Formats: sequence, structure tokens, C-alpha cells
Amino acid sequence: MLDSVFFYFFAGVAILSAALMVTRSNAIHSGILLITTLLATAGIFLQLRADFLFIAQIILYAVGIMVLFLFALVRLRLHVSVGQIKFSRQKYVGSLVALALAFQVGILLWSSRQIPGDGLLIQGAAPAEKLPPNTQELSRILFSGYLLPFEVASVLLLVSMIGAVLMVRRRSASE
Amino acid sequence: MMPVGHYLFLSLALFIIGTIGVITRRNVIVVLMSIELILNAVNLNLVAFSRVFGDASGQIFALFILLVAVAEAIIGLAILIAFFRNRETLQTDEMDLLKW
Repeated sequence: MLDSVFFYFFAGVAILSAALMVTRSNAIHSGILLITTLLATAGIFLQLRADFLFIAQIILYAVGIMVLFLFALVRLRLHVSVGQIKFSRQKYVGSLVALALAFQVGILLWSSRQIPGDGLLIQGAAPAEKLPPNTQELSRILFSGYLLPFEVASVLLLVSMIGAVLMVRRRSASE
Repeated sequence: MMPVGHYLFLSLALFIIGTIGVITRRNVIVVLMSIELILNAVNLNLVAFSRVFGDASGQIFALFILLVAVAEAIIGLAILIAFFRNRETLQTDEMDLLKW
């Protein structure tokens, strides 16, 4: 019961702030609303008993990336883009195509619950108190089966850091 | 545990809102934010199914998607800052160097 109250609250917050994010004209407001959406999704992760992802989502997205975005917005002189036209020319066609996609996937999800016994309404998940400690379980899997992807991800982060520093650096006068 | 279909529909809604943002907005930074929203919707699916099947591998995949999203945001913003320095614009329809 409490589970579903949690879910619907966070789902409502997420969808509402996502919709507002796409429609606000001020990019700073969009950034703040994106933080709200990501925090609401973190709440849903917690409701799904994914404790580690809950913390990682808050630290990485809601703090790290948003500071980055807001910094970029301020640095790129936001007032230049305020007051210009918000949507591009293909807005009606684009929205129509996206909504058609939503309709198709929705129909697909809806019809798949008709499959007896194998549909979407899987209820057999283990009760929450039977689950192993989430962070412990996650690290056990990460450092046994997924060790190579873990190392590759660290290389990816290093490369992106170097790339970002190189691209943002000002050209010196001698070049 | 809620029926997993509810999570799928929530994820679908977030995905579509993100897609609309990517297609229709003119400000490139908001387009990048919408991409983050799309990746987040995918994560929601992975975590929901990981809970349903009692297998934490889904959460590992969500973690890697998180990492790739971080790298993408860093590189994207760096490209935008370098682009803004050259062209003084952040509007998608003014980025037409490859058009003829």
C-alpha cells in the first residue's frame, strides 16, 4: 500500500516536471526542473529497493551533471538565448511523430498483458525483506562478472575528461 | 511490489517527453537535457525488471548507462562551449555549416 503511494507520488512529480522542462523557455528553469525529475526517479529507484543506484543517481546526476549544466548556461551568456523563439520550425511534425511512437509502444505494452501467464503483470518478485543487501550484492556482481566493463568504463571517463579539457582550452596566440 | 507494467508506462512517458524535447527545442543545452531524460527512462526499465526477476545485473547495466550519460554530458558541453566561442549561437537551426 505504502509502496504504491510512493510510486504514484514520485511518478506524478517526474512526469509533471519533465513536461514543464520541455515547455519552459528559460533554460535555467529547464535545468532546475530536470533536477526535480531526476530526484523523483531516484525516489522510484529507492521504492524498487535499488539503494546504491538511488545514491549514485543523486550524487552523479542531480549534483554533478546539473552543476555542469548550470555552469555552462551561465558561461554561455544565457541572456543571448532568452527571448528568442523557443521551438524550431518542425515542432508540429516532430511532436506528431513522437506521439505516434508513444501510441505504438503503448498499444504494444497494452496488448502484451493479454498473453496469459507471461504478460506484464509479473507479481512474483521477492518480498523486500528477503532481498540481500543491495550495495553488497551489486559490488559482488560488478567485481566478478562485470570486471572488464568496469575497467573499460574507467578508461572511457578518463578519455572524456581529457577530451573536455582539450576542447575547452583557449588557443594560445602562438598557434 | 507494483505490477511492472506501471513502471513501463512511466518510463514510456518520460521517454516520449524527452523525444519531443530533442525534436522540437531550439536551445542545444535543453536538447542535451532531454537526452539525459531519455537515458533516465531507460534506467527505470532496467531497474524495474531487475527487481522483478531478482537479478541485480539490471542494476549493473543501469550503472553503466549512468556512467556513459556522464561522459556524454561532459563531452557535449565541452563541444558546445567550443562551438559557442566560434559561432556565438546556441540555436539548433543556426548550426548549418554542413548544409548547402
